Amino acid sequence: MRRGWTAAVAVSLAGLLAVTACGGGGGEQGGDGKQAATKVEVFSWWTGGGEAKGLEAMVADFKKKQPGIEFVNAAVAGGSGTQAKAVLASRLQANQPPDSFQGHAGAELLGYIKAGQLEPLNSFYDEQKLREAFPQQLIEQITYQGNIYSVPVNIHRSNVLWYSPAVLKEAGLSGAPKTIEEFIAALKTVKEKTKKIPLSLGAQWTADHLLESVLLGTLGVDAYNALWTANADWSGPQVTKALENFKTILGYTQQEAASTDWQVAAKNVVDGKAAFNIMGDWAAGYFKELGKQPKQDYDWAASPGTDGVYMWLSDSFTLPKNAPHRAAAVEWLKICASKEGQDLFNPAKGSIPARKDADRSLYKDYLAWALEQWSTNKLAGSMWHGVTVNDRWHTEIDTAVGLFLGSRDVPKLQQALAAAAKNSGQ
Amino acid sequence: MTAVSPPQARPVAPRAVPRPRRRRLPVVRMTLLLVFALVFLMPVYVLLVTSFKPLSEADPSRAWLLPEVWTAEGWRAAWTALAPGLWNSVQLAVPGSLISAVLGSLNGYVLAKWRFPGADAVFTLFLFGMFIPYQAVMIPLVQLMTAADLIGGIPGLVLAHVVYGLPITTLIFRNYYVTIPDEMVEAARVDGAGMFRTYRWVVLPLSGPAFAVVLIWQFTALWNDFLFAVFLTGPLSWPTTVALNNIAGAQVVPYSQQMAAALLASLPTLIVYVLLGRFFMRGLMAGALKG
Amino acid sequence: MRRYRRWLPGLVLLAPSMIAIAVFVYGLIGWNFKLAMSDQHDQVTAGKFVGLENFTALWDDERWGLAVRHAVLFTVVFVLGALVLGWFLALLMDKGIRGEGGFRAVYLFPMAVSFIATGIVWRWLMSPAPPERGVGLNQLFDSVGLGFLANEWWQNRSYGMAAMALPAIWQMSGYVMALYLAGFRGVPDELREAARVDGCTEWKVYRYVVFPHLRPVTLAALIILGHISLKIFDLVVAIATKQIIADVPAVYMWVMTFDAHDPAKGATIAAYMLLAVAVLVIPYLVWTVRSERRA
Repeated sequence: MRRGWTAAVAVSLAGLLAVTACGGGGGEQGGDGKQAATKVEVFSWWTGGGEAKGLEAMVADFKKKQPGIEFVNAAVAGGSGTQAKAVLASRLQANQPPDSFQGHAGAELLGYIKAGQLEPLNSFYDEQKLREAFPQQLIEQITYQGNIYSVPVNIHRSNVLWYSPAVLKEAGLSGAPKTIEEFIAALKTVKEKTKKIPLSLGAQWTADHLLESVLLGTLGVDAYNALWTANADWSGPQVTKALENFKTILGYTQQEAASTDWQVAAKNVVDGKAAFNIMGDWAAGYFKELGKQPKQDYDWAASPGTDGVYMWLSDSFTLPKNAPHRAAAVEWLKICASKEGQDLFNPAKGSIPARKDADRSLYKDYLAWALEQWSTNKLAGSMWHGVTVNDRWHTEIDTAVGLFLGSRDVPKLQQALAAAAKNSGQ
Repeated sequence: MTAVSPPQARPVAPRAVPRPRRRRLPVVRMTLLLVFALVFLMPVYVLLVTSFKPLSEADPSRAWLLPEVWTAEGWRAAWTALAPGLWNSVQLAVPGSLISAVLGSLNGYVLAKWRFPGADAVFTLFLFGMFIPYQAVMIPLVQLMTAADLIGGIPGLVLAHVVYGLPITTLIFRNYYVTIPDEMVEAARVDGAGMFRTYRWVVLPLSGPAFAVVLIWQFTALWNDFLFAVFLTGPLSWPTTVALNNIAGAQVVPYSQQMAAALLASLPTLIVYVLLGRFFMRGLMAGALKG
Repeated sequence: MRRYRRWLPGLVLLAPSMIAIAVFVYGLIGWNFKLAMSDQHDQVTAGKFVGLENFTALWDDERWGLAVRHAVLFTVVFVLGALVLGWFLALLMDKGIRGEGGFRAVYLFPMAVSFIATGIVWRWLMSPAPPERGVGLNQLFDSVGLGFLANEWWQNRSYGMAAMALPAIWQMSGYVMALYLAGFRGVPDELREAARVDGCTEWKVYRYVVFPHLRPVTLAALIILGHISLKIFDLVVAIATKQIIADVPAVYMWVMTFDAHDPAKGATIAAYMLLAVAVLVIPYLVWTVRSERRA
């Protein structure tokens, strides 16, 4: 703290002095990340918590294996939020790409792919024998027109139902609901028998997140996966039913949802203030940080109606065209793809590796369960987290859901979703 | 909201002596002012107490409570995260606000005292620059700066701030200089002084309060700027605000760290307010205020 | 020749700034309008001229209508609120008060703090949770027996944006206070004295002597607050994130440009924002320059 004060006072003094000296031009420091051949600038939105720690662990491994390459961490917060993607977009447009950037594997990258801003990584996959290392279904779902454009470093699960055993007991419920119908009944029971929040929800994006679980739970995996293909039927009665379910379920959420961060929404469960929360499995990492005990303070199950299906999302790294230090970037991608890299990153981040050959002893509690599910379940791509829809579609769904939260008008939501599918240009 | 809004400056000494007043009213006024001060400080109180809480206590439902366990962990972590950007911020804000002030002063001088045909139109066109929504021009701005090979480092960022600061600084100085009697400038001219000598010996010595207003204004804007910084500079040149955003914008960082970082990042601006505050009011004060 | 000598140096001195403004302000505004009149709706298309098509199409968009309504409500509450509060604070301080410097610092201080971080606090303060899970201001009201004041704040679908203006008022009213305070003290003492000699009460001195002098200040403050309000972005994103319930044009523009990658639509929204600011500002600028010339 003392250094802060002295520095600031020095600043003000220097400022006053420099008036007479007519101020330097501020040309002290040259631009960075451009010339030196021994750098790799990696762009991500991992700036805090377990994700930053995981990144650090991978970087340490990278430095050990590539002592000659300086790692420049260009992390900007707000991946699903505001800034990171905007900065990235402007840099790509100005042809100033970082050497590698983070993106959700899947359709989220389509914009970059179609704009010719990414290199295909097919030969990299062959050299590193990645087609064998990753599950077949995953390879299929991230291939676009025969090419693969990113290296998945982890797998998260979107369709997880978190619940408070204490609150369920208070409501007289024996366990997690298996189907959407059971879920709605359970929410009703909680509302009638306790003063707790039946389903804890956060800001608008968590409603988008909830929607994909409800769609999957109502439609089943095949119909859900078909929604994101060219001949999807968004106007059918099954979708109507899913949206009706969505509306009913939203009726059991708390009124302050919009001003609740996902953390607080999830914390409501472990604090015994709410019965249920549907959130991705990064919540498990957060609960661990809070010092809560699995199976006691909280428990989990596949979100209602989705048992046996792993709705996945994946953080991945890419190779932009005209990357200033291409060779170094490839070395970075090797770390991301390697068993060591993934086993360093994922326990810290609270996710499971995309590779099949991970060291299982590193993954405990929730993660052990997730690993086991990952190897046996069918896969469905997460809509909200970038696997199945491109950016435009994503935005339009978000807008439709946001308007729906106000209107609660199911036919209008369905129309908007159908229009979004049609206009996506995907 | 790093928006620019023009403070106004006039070269008239403040009237410091309070007039005689009736007895009862001051108590009422004092009470009201205190109540408002408390309301204004409410968010700061929450920031402060939360910044000292451990993870388990930092929760909206306990926002008003003092920490049960006091910990400086949040502050330590915030300091670690913000410190690397601090020097960049200094390199940005100090030269940036100084260059802005010098340019604004020269421009204001020309527009007030060495007017050329069409000067008013030029002035109006300048001012409009204050009002563009910056988010709207980020993409072409990045392309422009790339073409000029000014992307990535602090000089480019300083340039952007100086250029977009021109309208406000020119406005403040021009309005300030307009009130200097033309005769003073004329007299210097008759004595054979040219434009620069008149500026140096007649106008500049009177400019203190206007410089204070402009420096405060630009320093606040530059220090708090996030948008330009994150778009125009690379990781090695990122100022404090980018680090602050990386703490506050990541949804996985403990609240205590976010709050401590917020307070820490605003300290330098506060210090500038305190150091230059007196001159700031003097600059604002006086004559008929107008646009 | 002599006449050139009189103004040419000034023009030369101003030239670099003029060029910078021409490029960075007008060049980019031009770029924006060109984009807004093209059909470049993704990252790939080159985009050809389509006239005002985007400008009319925008009004069929439900979200745009909502964003505009929000912006109008926000602007009215914010501008009036900051003007009235700033004016009132200045009035309280006009005659000098013990600790004036301290008060000024407290009221001005919110301007120094970036919303990047205070947004979280405001989100907590303005939470609409019911008493049993009370949070923020509702909790405070409840505990001091003012429970009836508890409300939904910005999460109310019809008047919520009025609550969103509160943090903005918090931020800017200190600045308005400083402007007004300077204005009050700019009224010559002799004028006030003369009115008092004429037998005016203190209130009448204000009403008939001081307030009329403040018109230019009010106008300047109005313009400043108005243009901030029309462009409002950071504050809304920091408090509400990018939710429809608190959508405003600047946020929508950001979403279209950077999230949906629809440059033309983003540029169209930006163009409307520019036009709105221009409608507000240009008459004011022209009026100022003219009235100055008359003086």
